[in-house]
Amino acid sequence: MVHIHPQTKSAAVNPLKSSQPLGAALAFLGVDGAIPLFHGSQGCTSFALVLCVRHFKETVPLQTTAMDELATVMGGEGHLEEAILNLKKRANPKLIGICTTALAETRSEDFERQIANIKMMRAEELAGTEIVLANTPDFDGALEEGWAKAVTAMIQRITRRGQQARPSRKATIIERITKPGEQPHKRKKVAILPGWHLTVADIEHLREMVESFGLKPVILPDVSGSLDGTVPDRWMPTTYGGTSVEDIHELGTAVQCVGVGEHMRRPAELLQKLTGVPYAVFQSLTGLKNVDRFVSLLSEISGVVAPPKIHRCRAQLQDALLDGHFHFAGKKIAIAAEPDQLYQLATFFIGLGAEIISAVTTTGASKILEKVPAESIQIGDLGDFEDLASDADLVVTHSHGRQVAERLGIPLLRVGFPVFDRLGSQHKLTVLYQGTRDLIFEAANVFQANQRMPSPEILDGLRKRRNAG
Amino acid sequence: MSSLAAKIQDAFDEPACEKNRRKDVSTRKKGCSKPPTPGAAAGGCAFDGAKVVLQPITDVAHLVHAPLACEGNSWDNRGTASSGPMLWRTSFTTDLTELDIMMGQSERRLFHALRQIKEAYAPPAIFVYATCVTALIGDDIQAVCKRAAEKFGLPVVPINAPGFVGSKNLGNKLAGEALLDHVIGTVEPDDAGPYDINILGEFNLSGEFWLVKPLLDRLGIRVRACIPGDARYRDVASSHRARAAMLVCSTALINLARKMEERWQIPFFEGSFYGITATSEALRRIAELLVKKGANTEILDRTDKLIAEEEAIAWKRLEAYRPRLKGKRVLINSGGVKSWSLVHALMEIGMEVVGTSVKKSTVEDKERIKQVLKEEHHMFESIAPRELYAMLSEHKADIMLSGGRTQFIALKAKTPWLDINQERHHPYAGYDGMVELVRQIDLAIHNPVWSDVREPAPWEDDPAVEEQLSSPHTHTETVSVAPLKTRRLDAGDFAEC
Repeated sequence: MVHIHPQTKSAAVNPLKSSQPLGAALAFLGVDGAIPLFHGSQGCTSFALVLCVRHFKETVPLQTTAMDELATVMGGEGHLEEAILNLKKRANPKLIGICTTALAETRSEDFERQIANIKMMRAEELAGTEIVLANTPDFDGALEEGWAKAVTAMIQRITRRGQQARPSRKATIIERITKPGEQPHKRKKVAILPGWHLTVADIEHLREMVESFGLKPVILPDVSGSLDGTVPDRWMPTTYGGTSVEDIHELGTAVQCVGVGEHMRRPAELLQKLTGVPYAVFQSLTGLKNVDRFVSLLSEISGVVAPPKIHRCRAQLQDALLDGHFHFAGKKIAIAAEPDQLYQLATFFIGLGAEIISAVTTTGASKILEKVPAESIQIGDLGDFEDLASDADLVVTHSHGRQVAERLGIPLLRVGFPVFDRLGSQHKLTVLYQGTRDLIFEAANVFQANQRMPSPEILDGLRKRRNAG
Repeated sequence: MSSLAAKIQDAFDEPACEKNRRKDVSTRKKGCSKPPTPGAAAGGCAFDGAKVVLQPITDVAHLVHAPLACEGNSWDNRGTASSGPMLWRTSFTTDLTELDIMMGQSERRLFHALRQIKEAYAPPAIFVYATCVTALIGDDIQAVCKRAAEKFGLPVVPINAPGFVGSKNLGNKLAGEALLDHVIGTVEPDDAGPYDINILGEFNLSGEFWLVKPLLDRLGIRVRACIPGDARYRDVASSHRARAAMLVCSTALINLARKMEERWQIPFFEGSFYGITATSEALRRIAELLVKKGANTEILDRTDKLIAEEEAIAWKRLEAYRPRLKGKRVLINSGGVKSWSLVHALMEIGMEVVGTSVKKSTVEDKERIKQVLKEEHHMFESIAPRELYAMLSEHKADIMLSGGRTQFIALKAKTPWLDINQERHHPYAGYDGMVELVRQIDLAIHNPVWSDVREPAPWEDDPAVEEQLSSPHTHTETVSVAPLKTRRLDAGDFAEC
């Protein structure tokens, strides 16, 4: 049983968290033609924007309602309306994703009603633009919660309700038996709700795998289209690429929904409630057994056996496990990450024979924490992490961990958000057979690069016998 | 809040500000920056501005009293450098939770946070930054700071610049006010001398002040305090004993410079270390001010000699770049540097300045830019991303110099780009810094990737090729269409018969 230690300090030292509205903004950025809009003072947006740009190395459309002193005291509805209308006029986005900040939420106005009013009064001007609200004050949660809230809000707002016509499994099986040579007219649709911690490469890879079973994946949010570093041929004030609003609207026509990460359970549940689409949550898609389950599911939904490519990928992972486990066995790993990513990485390292000596996470609210294979988890910051990680062979966290790694003299494996001092974080694969294989190689290479040559002093450690004397 | 309002009004009234001198009383009251437009705003808030100015003070613990985002989304993101203490890079925030805010526990939390920092780090001082939420819920940060200072026996300085009060620039000024109110003049130095100066508004980005300081050392001039770059708390606290001051980034700390002159008779001038002539001018004026305040006049000759030597070296080194950069068109899109000085130096080696932002330039600078640029329309206050993209993708500039915010506009338009703002990795101040800047421009423009990224794939349908291919095609089509039409007509005629 893992012990979860709550935060007891008064000052956070070197925060591990990025803010909740930022998580929501990232989710909105995975929708085609979208602009996230922070409801708060302009600094809230400016900081988030700079951080996103440092991470993605892309222009990131992110706007602000720019609440000033007057709006802070009298209420921000006017600013909200003006911002929405300005965005519509300037950029004509398909979706405006409103992320409330601590400033707006401390005032706690009825944003839902305000937006409904604005939509009603300005119906003509705002036609063709969805407006989605995510309540994401900074004083609560972090990226994970913000992301999940935005996805939930989009499903709530946009997805067409009601059980949607689609052949039952029985009907499909009968069809397959009675008309063996015929291809079904429409490929079966699978709704995939990835967690925030999946990279652009992860999502592309997921899509390919699902497609290889003859299924049609609809991924929400899909940052692989919008934040993958492609160069558009004209200036775009909104996101380009990502899930289309139309696809979100039709999400209920999927035969199955797959959530990746425990934090995607809520949006998956909502989708089921609204449309009856059954869901499965994969708490991690890293590690051989997890991927096996996923492939089995795809095989079952599609009625197709896994194509040869997947056999090869699995065999490569087996080989990587065989080659890599030498480097992991007995290694002491310290991880600081948001709950689902902590689970993903901790199970990965444990699965190769390493040991988690310290685990720090952002919030205690996630159920996944109980399943993290560590003795204890500290809810806290990188200051706590520094205190707990001093005996580690490897520290695993985002770029802000660089100071910890430097001071402790321990190599740092950069994961999650933000990664601002290394290139290509979005093109790093971390899920499915290939992603697990790549992670093994990456970590094993860090271990090898930091291996010390044997010396009498190092070997002295081995000579200290526990029961001696 | 009332005292904050007074402070803000005070900053708007700043008599040393050239812009203000041209305004009447009522327009002055409104401040310079227009209120940001919801849905079309860019740039930081007042808190951002205050932190930018103060955080480079290296041995101070900077505690942000706020929910997570103010600090959590913004820490460790600036390239200022320290020659000693690293505490400024450690991030402290009260990271307020919903409970703290709803239950009114945030003041208590702040107090405990101060204790925690004092016990764990024993800094010479702690700066506490107010933010939107803590100002909105009415935390009396001033009182908590006072109480903590007494209790823990160290200076605890309230920085009252919550984000919603205004722009980043206003925040810069409020930070200056906080230093005046709580820090400067609180420590008496025992080593004040006739060659002591302050440098105000120098941030030591990428350590670039270390390219200037040796020049001052050679002249026997001591930097009492560089505020804020690589500063120590004690230096700032005793900076009121300097004899003269140079104000580097004028819009940021002009109130600080003027009030230090008023209170402690420290004369100042506005100058810049960006560019060769600007650096020389700055050195000369420092020497002049010191002489005015009683230093030996021989320092003037020594300064002239040093300038002559250094300029000769710099121009000689720059000459090497002239053939490579002559006629190259540069677009300067940043308020962060004194654009005039930069414009001058780049034109000096034969580059053409096709545009420069003058958002943060002084009136005097604008005049000078006007003179060297000849064409006034090359100056702009700000430029919309879409226009900027259009301009760059039409290859109207060979390189853009700007800050990170517009970096990817240039790169997506496949235009060379160089960072001249706070996140940059190269030092550009002083004579050697200018040579380094030009070297970086050269490296950026002549990087081999440009020809790679600009060429379309040979197997792709090139619009030009397509046109060539399709034009005979269309031609045959029209040819074949014509007889068809005739035939159809014929057929129609038949049917009617």
